Amino acid sequence: MEYVWAFLIGGLLCAIGQVLIDLTKLTPARILTSYVVAGVVLGALGLYQPLIDLAGGGATVPLTGFGSLLAKGVREAVDENGIVGAFMGGFTNAAAGIAAAIFFGLLAALIFKSGSKINES
Amino acid sequence: MNISNQEYGELVKRHSPPSALYKTVPMAFVIGGGICVIGECLLNLFAYLGLDQEHAAMWTSISLIFLSALFTGLKLYDRIAQHAGAGTLVPITGFANSVVSPALDFKSEGFVLGLGAKMFVIAGPVIVYGISASIIYGIIYYIITVFQGG
Repeated sequence: MEYVWAFLIGGLLCAIGQVLIDLTKLTPARILTSYVVAGVVLGALGLYQPLIDLAGGGATVPLTGFGSLLAKGVREAVDENGIVGAFMGGFTNAAAGIAAAIFFGLLAALIFKSGSKINES
Repeated sequence: MNISNQEYGELVKRHSPPSALYKTVPMAFVIGGGICVIGECLLNLFAYLGLDQEHAAMWTSISLIFLSALFTGLKLYDRIAQHAGAGTLVPITGFANSVVSPALDFKSEGFVLGLGAKMFVIAGPVIVYGISASIIYGIIYYIITVFQGG
């Protein structure tokens, strides 16, 4: 059942993104940015955790999950360190994802050939 | 935003085929949902290997980002994205793709200002606004805890 919920909630979050792209012509960069910020807000309001409890990967894999992770990191860091935690928690929790994207991005760019995609289209 | 409009346009084209909503939305739903199911499988796999929930989630993200980088390098991710639209954009694999894809494309402009800088064309704004939003939340949260005597 958890896989069904993961599929439904994850699919729904992506479908909303697609509707936004088709109807508003928001660029992918703005969609990604909006999703992360929306995740921070939903996480801050405590509205995202129930979705994670229900859908697991369906809620954590979309970028709103990344945003809620930032909010969670900040909350824990403030609990532990006070006001300076507001400047620590976001990167603490985002560290693995951002570092992985940078490192694997670099590796992929070094290993694979570039350019064919732009020429194709 | 002006500098990157062209690059954004390139991505818009790739991520949003100009077809009708009744076609694009179900595709985004199915493929996006599918990526999330893969994530759920990985979560359970790492939990099965004995990791706690937090570390399992972290390794799931790292694995998905690795797979996305691999598929982007093999030119498969963008091929799927042409049909999936937001289905491949919204999951964390889309974030990874937005890092890897310009890194590859701009490698020819040099390793520092090409690959190194262009890597953040989309990830940059995502991090800027995501982190800033989290800091604002942190300050508000701190004020609330102070008033509550926490």
